[in-house]
Amino acid sequence: MKNRKLFWLLSVLLAFALAAAACGNDDDDGGGIADCEVNETDGNLNIFNWAEYIDEEQLAAFSDEFDVSVTMDVYDSNEAMQPIVAAGNSGYDLIVPSDYMVAILIAGGTVQPLNKDAIPNIANISTDFRNLIYDPAGDYSVPYQWGTTGIAVDTEAVGTDFPRTWGLIFDPAIADEHSGSISLLNDPRETIGAALKYLGYSLNSTDEGQLEEATDLVASARGRLAAFNTDSADEFLTTGETVIAHGYSGDMFTQFLETDDPSRYVYFVPDEGGTRWIDNMAIPFDAGSPCTAHTFINWLLTAEQGAALSNWNYYSTPNAAAFGGLDEDLQDFLSTPGVAPVEILEEIQDTGDFEVKFSDAFIEAKG
Amino acid sequence: MTMVADRPEGLEEASVATPEFEKAAERAASRRGFLLSLPAYAYLVLFFAVPLGIVMMYSFATRNRFGGTDLSGWNLNAYRKLGEPIVRDILFRSLWLAILTTLICLVVAYPFAYFIATRTPLIRNLMLVFVMIPFWTNFLVRNYAWRVLLGNDGLFTNISEALGLGERELLFTTSAVVIGLVYGFLPFMVLPLYASIERIDLSLVEASRDLYASGFQTFRRVLLPLSMPGVIAGSILVFVPSLGAYVTPEILGGAKTTLLGSYIVTQFLTARNWPVGASLSFVLMAVMLVATLVYFRTGGRNL
Amino acid sequence: MSSTVQPRGTTKIALTAHSWLVYLFFFAPIFVLIVFSFSDDNNVGRWGGFTLEWYQDFVEHNQLQNAVWVSVRVALLSTVISVVLGTLAALALERFKFRGRKVFDALLYLPIIIPDVTMAVMMLLFFSEFFDLLDAWFGLDLQKGLGSITISHIAFNISFVSVVVRARLAGMSEVLEEAALDLYATRWKTFRYVTFPQIVPGVAGGALLALTLSLDDVVITQFAAGPGATTLPVFVFGLIRRGVTPLINATSVLMLAASVILVALSLAFQQFSGRGGRPSLRAAREAVSAPPKTNTQIKEGINQ
Repeated sequence: MKNRKLFWLLSVLLAFALAAAACGNDDDDGGGIADCEVNETDGNLNIFNWAEYIDEEQLAAFSDEFDVSVTMDVYDSNEAMQPIVAAGNSGYDLIVPSDYMVAILIAGGTVQPLNKDAIPNIANISTDFRNLIYDPAGDYSVPYQWGTTGIAVDTEAVGTDFPRTWGLIFDPAIADEHSGSISLLNDPRETIGAALKYLGYSLNSTDEGQLEEATDLVASARGRLAAFNTDSADEFLTTGETVIAHGYSGDMFTQFLETDDPSRYVYFVPDEGGTRWIDNMAIPFDAGSPCTAHTFINWLLTAEQGAALSNWNYYSTPNAAAFGGLDEDLQDFLSTPGVAPVEILEEIQDTGDFEVKFSDAFIEAKG
Repeated sequence: MTMVADRPEGLEEASVATPEFEKAAERAASRRGFLLSLPAYAYLVLFFAVPLGIVMMYSFATRNRFGGTDLSGWNLNAYRKLGEPIVRDILFRSLWLAILTTLICLVVAYPFAYFIATRTPLIRNLMLVFVMIPFWTNFLVRNYAWRVLLGNDGLFTNISEALGLGERELLFTTSAVVIGLVYGFLPFMVLPLYASIERIDLSLVEASRDLYASGFQTFRRVLLPLSMPGVIAGSILVFVPSLGAYVTPEILGGAKTTLLGSYIVTQFLTARNWPVGASLSFVLMAVMLVATLVYFRTGGRNL
Repeated sequence: MSSTVQPRGTTKIALTAHSWLVYLFFFAPIFVLIVFSFSDDNNVGRWGGFTLEWYQDFVEHNQLQNAVWVSVRVALLSTVISVVLGTLAALALERFKFRGRKVFDALLYLPIIIPDVTMAVMMLLFFSEFFDLLDAWFGLDLQKGLGSITISHIAFNISFVSVVVRARLAGMSEVLEEAALDLYATRWKTFRYVTFPQIVPGVAGGALLALTLSLDDVVITQFAAGPGATTLPVFVFGLIRRGVTPLINATSVLMLAASVILVALSLAFQQFSGRGGRPSLRAAREAVSAPPKTNTQIKEGINQ
């Protein structure tokens, strides 16, 4: 009996202690701008990044040049990264969140303001990537790589004179012909967003009526789908599992190059518009080596390193100084009409409470 | 299952304790039992129960507009959301799939485990290890390999074509999900079944056959009751994770229907709605715990 | 426990055939996985001609190798610890009645029942608070990493081990243990020479299960991890966005080969030590393998 009581007592005590700690420690390190000089290092660098987004050799080059050790861990989604960093004690000095996530991280005090004096190469960022809606003054984040979301088709099955519209997926008159060979991304914002675009709305719409229309549209397309898939949409297209695929520009492009005849496949952003996504570098509030992180950001923004980054991961660079150094293949792809029609692109924004509605709507649409 | 089934009959009388020692022995046993359980007990309290308590607090909290969780203004909203019809549909669909998976695993694993248990010790160990070896490869890559097998140019399509069943593609169907789940959780059924069948004195099987019981009767009246603890343990180890599975349904099923596992993951990692994710987990855990404990009680003993 | 009773006739044929089919089922995807590790194509689902490039890549990929090592270390460590704790827990629950038993029983099921993403989130919150607390109270500046991953894996593995061991223990006769105790064997000796040999299949099964679960876990690991402590599954999951390449197949094949070699070595070792093993152990094994025997025989087994 005594023993059991002891247990309960201990557990309750611990629970209280933890609860007290939980309430007490929010944002303890957040706030001020790091006091760093250009190229200053203040310890080893721990990067938390998407997988296969930077060459190990490039990290080694940084490591050699600045005499710090670099460790990189990977995550598979913004939503998995965010709580890990926000909880504190994550140990990371640099993270690579996407656009809407930057806004969430700023609002939550999860990232610290950048010391722009320590990042002079920020001047290399193309004007297309200034005044971004999620971080207007660029106080917290610096663009890393970017791309678009659109449709890729197999011209052998669909022909070459198909209409450049989301109707390829959503309009029964066009899409029924390819029933069973279409894939949509398994992502509420991207997929509901595509439907919103087809209907002529903003993909950040917070109008319940519009959301309902879009939900019904996705639900009606469900029967024509092979799958809702994000991880292999590009692969399904080139293996013949699908002929029309909703997907990301960079993935599609690298996949096309893998095949014997890359010109057989076409990627484009439909005329109704699509998503422009931008991944960014940011520094967590409790980073142990903020100055090394600043130095790394500055280093990556040089023309040479920016081009090296893109030539390895084959995504587009926001670094204007690096354009000239890109591989020819990549330059050709980026200049293909429809791949990056800046004027009809829209970034996904955090819609606050409405996020829950997007998520529910998507589940409802999938049935 | 009865007490008789739990003890081989010949040994029954030997374990009857003498009454006068009972009290003292009981106390000593109680102390010993407690001490034996202490390390695991303490470990689970610190590294499981306490963390669980923290998440429990979250289930009564509110999602703020940035997808964080405000630990204030405690309410039951998250639990209320679970009453929505969509959650009910998802729950029933998932239950059905999990039950189906468990039954198939049981039917496939039982004769297999029995066969292993009747081999010589060396072969037995070898067979057992070869059950597990496939699972020391990466989980995701295994699922991708199944996608190749079930896909439009895969083995299964070719077999069904060769058999004249027409080109039947299994990938992105519910059947593919069930195949994937059975594959993933079959070892969880084999291991406890093997552990409990191997313990059975198989001369009982022989005796029953000598007494002209049919093979089925022997199985039904002798083997099955004696191996019931393994059946129960295996069923739980398969049923529970199939109910929560989310990667296999997405990779092999094309994510065309939402199952409970992915619904919970979605709440935490897409909608960033931790209160709903937490509350759903708690309701699920409570139901499963009660079901499990009742299952054991009605199983005849408190396993 | 006699292995001399073999199924007969058609039953035997059916059982044998069934087992082969089950192995076919188990190994069919493994076969595909191995074949594609030699495929000269970035996709795991498309054959692009033979190459050894992926094995070459593995040798050069430090991050991946590091992930494999982290995985193996966490898996082995968490398996050993959870097997000890889980077996003790199973023994306590099956063999003894004690106060707090019911609570413990229920607590022990929770890690099996909890959805893994929920456990992941709770470990994340726990560690960040726990470390803050340690820092505030004792000035310990700890960071998440290998340790916190291992702790989390043990937390779920204890339960899985104990369930399998309990399935073995449930209804297992206590008569041999009682006989041993009657014959003045110490509790430890009784456990070592009587109880333990009988539950070995359960313990081994539990260990295999724990090892597998640890090697496969993604979400809990991801949330309990810290800088430099990426496990293989977490690394592979990260690849989903860019597409998983046959590099992971090659990695799996190498791990597979390593484990087959280890298994072969350990079997050879078992055979060797089984023949030359300590006589007391052998006697005990024999004593428990064919109950009931006379007490004298058991006594010989224990007191030698």
